[in-house]
Amino acid sequence: METPAKPKTVEPRQNVVILFAGDSGDGIQLTGAQFTDNNALFGNDVSTFPNYPSEIRAPQGTLAGVSGFQLHFGSVEVFTPGDRCDVLVVMNAAALKANLHKLKQGGIIVANTDGFDRKNLRLAGYPEGTGDGDANPLTDGSLEAYKLHSVDVTKLTRAALEGTTLGMKEKDRCKNMFVLGFINWMFSRELDNSERFLEHKFGRKPELMEANRRVLLAGYHYGETSETFTTRFEVKPAPMPKGTYRSITGNQGTALGLLAGAQKAGLDLFYGSYPITPASDILHELSRHKNLGAITFQAEDEIAAIASAIGASYGGAIGMTASSGPGIALKIEAMGLAFMLELPLVIVNVQRGGPSTGLPTKTEQADLWQAVHGRNGEAPIPVLAASTPVDCFEMAFEAVQLAVEHMTPVILLTDGYIANGAEPWRFPSSKDLPTITPNHIKSPNDGDRFLPYLRDARGVRPWALPGQAGLQHRIGGIEKQDGTGNISYDPANHEKMVRLRAEKVARIADRFRPIRLDSGPPEGDLLITGWGSTYGAIRTAALQLQAEGYSVAHVHLRHLFPFNKGLGPLLKKYRQVLVPEMNSGQLRQLLRAEYLVDARGLSKVQGLPFTSEEIHNAALELLTLNASAAAPATQA
Amino acid sequence: MSTANTSPAAPTKVDLSSDQEVRWCPGCGDYSILKQVQTLLEQSGKRREEIVFISGIGCSSRFPYYLDTYGLHGIHGRAPAIVSGLRSVRADLSVWMVTGDGDALSIGGNHIIHLLRRNVDVNVLLFNNEIYGLTKGQYSPTSPEGAVTRSTPMGSTDHPFNPLALVKGADGTFIARCMDRDPKHMRDVLARADAHRGTSLVEVYQNCNVFNDGAFEVFTEKGSKPDHTLFVEHGKPLVFANGTKGISLKDMRPTVIDIGAGHSVNDCWVHDERDSFKASLLVRLFDDPRKPGGFPRPFGIFFVKDRPTHEAKLHAQLQAAWARKGAGDLDALLRGDHTWEIA
Repeated sequence: METPAKPKTVEPRQNVVILFAGDSGDGIQLTGAQFTDNNALFGNDVSTFPNYPSEIRAPQGTLAGVSGFQLHFGSVEVFTPGDRCDVLVVMNAAALKANLHKLKQGGIIVANTDGFDRKNLRLAGYPEGTGDGDANPLTDGSLEAYKLHSVDVTKLTRAALEGTTLGMKEKDRCKNMFVLGFINWMFSRELDNSERFLEHKFGRKPELMEANRRVLLAGYHYGETSETFTTRFEVKPAPMPKGTYRSITGNQGTALGLLAGAQKAGLDLFYGSYPITPASDILHELSRHKNLGAITFQAEDEIAAIASAIGASYGGAIGMTASSGPGIALKIEAMGLAFMLELPLVIVNVQRGGPSTGLPTKTEQADLWQAVHGRNGEAPIPVLAASTPVDCFEMAFEAVQLAVEHMTPVILLTDGYIANGAEPWRFPSSKDLPTITPNHIKSPNDGDRFLPYLRDARGVRPWALPGQAGLQHRIGGIEKQDGTGNISYDPANHEKMVRLRAEKVARIADRFRPIRLDSGPPEGDLLITGWGSTYGAIRTAALQLQAEGYSVAHVHLRHLFPFNKGLGPLLKKYRQVLVPEMNSGQLRQLLRAEYLVDARGLSKVQGLPFTSEEIHNAALELLTLNASAAAPATQA
Repeated sequence: MSTANTSPAAPTKVDLSSDQEVRWCPGCGDYSILKQVQTLLEQSGKRREEIVFISGIGCSSRFPYYLDTYGLHGIHGRAPAIVSGLRSVRADLSVWMVTGDGDALSIGGNHIIHLLRRNVDVNVLLFNNEIYGLTKGQYSPTSPEGAVTRSTPMGSTDHPFNPLALVKGADGTFIARCMDRDPKHMRDVLARADAHRGTSLVEVYQNCNVFNDGAFEVFTEKGSKPDHTLFVEHGKPLVFANGTKGISLKDMRPTVIDIGAGHSVNDCWVHDERDSFKASLLVRLFDDPRKPGGFPRPFGIFFVKDRPTHEAKLHAQLQAAWARKGAGDLDALLRGDHTWEIA
């Protein structure tokens, strides 16, 4: 970049939360993702939260149509996309109205004035004024508590494209590049990466690439030359562990974890799936990796998706399926079959707001009970949960490992929040991933006979594949005789089989690593117990409470069924237990039932993730209820 | 892909019976089908370990337990999906699917049509007895209108499916019908079905002597069979009633003609199993042959078409991906397209 004509001040910041908001057709997600990339490349730690309506093009200009992308980047480690934002970029009046409450006092607003005309103001529900402009929040003084920068993005974009052959519609579609350019200037970032991105995206359409590039530069130069902007910010690189990084979303992490698991098991991957928000990106990702032997099958419905995966596992591949909310509900009968057959299978539930169709694009953790209990008969299936986008990789890998090595379906719970959120990933080398050993069998296991349900010491049955001579056998969903697998309605045999299957799954806990606190003292006043995507918010709150002198620890559960054997003893080492969940208390009840522990709950069922402040406050309330014991040492 | 770890030589004659006692009702039409399938497979030279039977739920779906091959007894209606997954990863096996009218056409209706359009390589035996047997006698999607059953004491108000018209509508590539009481014909049809690459669907009229006895009597009994059945053969004219009647296709309208009385065999419609248009007409000869103007019910192989199988196309894509990008490298996958260094 050329040096600015007139030097402006550069203000250092430790971390910044910026929220881009506009119509769902404004290119908000792309702008956010691009700026995220730039910061990650620069060396910041980043965490993102895309939040968009379920309609592809919701009515323009309305509150319902607002799409948002929140980014938290810092010179320190960041664990969440941030509770409240420092900078709010709004493309229209609805975006301002929907998001103003998230802006910190004194925060910066960058507003596209063109999105604040009478029509947009009316659609956003601002009161009709008596004269021109008096109801416009950009001009009526109502935003005095903030630093407001009004920019006519549309006009400036069109001006930058003067003389090109693009139509007005195509010109206006470049608006988001103006914003991206300007924000990059504001945070002292280079544009090289964004320019490379445009070359890649519009490589075959040089005219569009050039137009976008011009607008990107125009946005940047506008920051430099405009008199109204006197301050730039700078967020220095974070002290991240040395290494090579890439950016990864939770759904990508899940897809890669599944693929890596299949590779380390030496198995073909078969992924049966039916399109559903927010799980479809796993299908999209896997379908790109056919050269790694990934077979994707877009089934006719959710039931066929899982049933085909069962067929593939029967044939010797590792069968997988993923869905969300109502789609998972449809798969439950087949989960019972996979459990009964004792075949490896991975089922990923990218949870979303429920019940029924619920809130398709919003996040929730309300399918825990369904995962743990939701089948006919006694059909315990291991349930894992991922806590961050990167953790999606780890847990998906582990799901494959457990499924293949223990001959069982495994459920992995993620959710819309981490599925779409991104973070930097110091990705592993393939040689650092453990080898997964399928329980294959080569010859009959009972003299000349093959007994498909003869178990080893772990209670695991052998995996004989069609085509293997001498191992022909029949399996099915009907209760089977121990050992032979033949149909049996014998009462005592049924009870025995129910017990054997349950014991096999329970024994999986034997291999879990000892439970580990995420932070805090090994015993004390309060243990915050979380699972899944609440990780970042709980970690932030716990670290803050510890810094404030409270005796608070944080444990984050990756295994929801069976639980880690160290969990029971750990819970008893704290005077109180708090379980924050994006549901009405599902883990809390499981903990109470299992361990007779008086766990307290913190519920949020709004389709939105927790803020760390909410968790901090709830913890503080519990601590101060028992003030005598809980008062921090440093408190007067 | 996994490949079969097969024994060195296929025995010419094997006994495919499993050690399980067959538990269908005495007199059930299923016995005849089991016998024919078993005989066909025993004579086919296939090795038992390369044969897989997949089924859903219902009387017919117990089939896999009675053969000493690989077998998976699935859940109601979902066998086509299980087959699709198995076939996607195993091109080397002989895969058979056993289903019934309720399993395939009611609860599994959405799966069977997609199996057909995808043309997954499997031999589907659709046992049609026009009744729910295992649940003890409710009407099925193929029961005729007015059928009095335990769930329809005043007669069924539902219009039934014409199964083979449905199969034709879903672009099935091998469409055939046979009956439990004509075992030799059944075996010939099954042998052709087995040889076909793609979804071979064979509807088998199967008598449920407990809940729907005599449903196909008019086609199976000696007295009525000649007049009410039409056995089609490729390249042969459509004649029935011991050669005294035939079907002409004048002006593209099937018409029953009397041979000898002003018509000859040369006036008959000649069956061409490769003719999609004619097959569409043939599957529509479905009304009650006892009613005035009714056509005899056709049996045999209606339609055969060569179309690449689902798995063949799938594997062609995998090969193409290998050719274009090279064998997959896990480290390259983990690394992705875009990385940066923190020093």
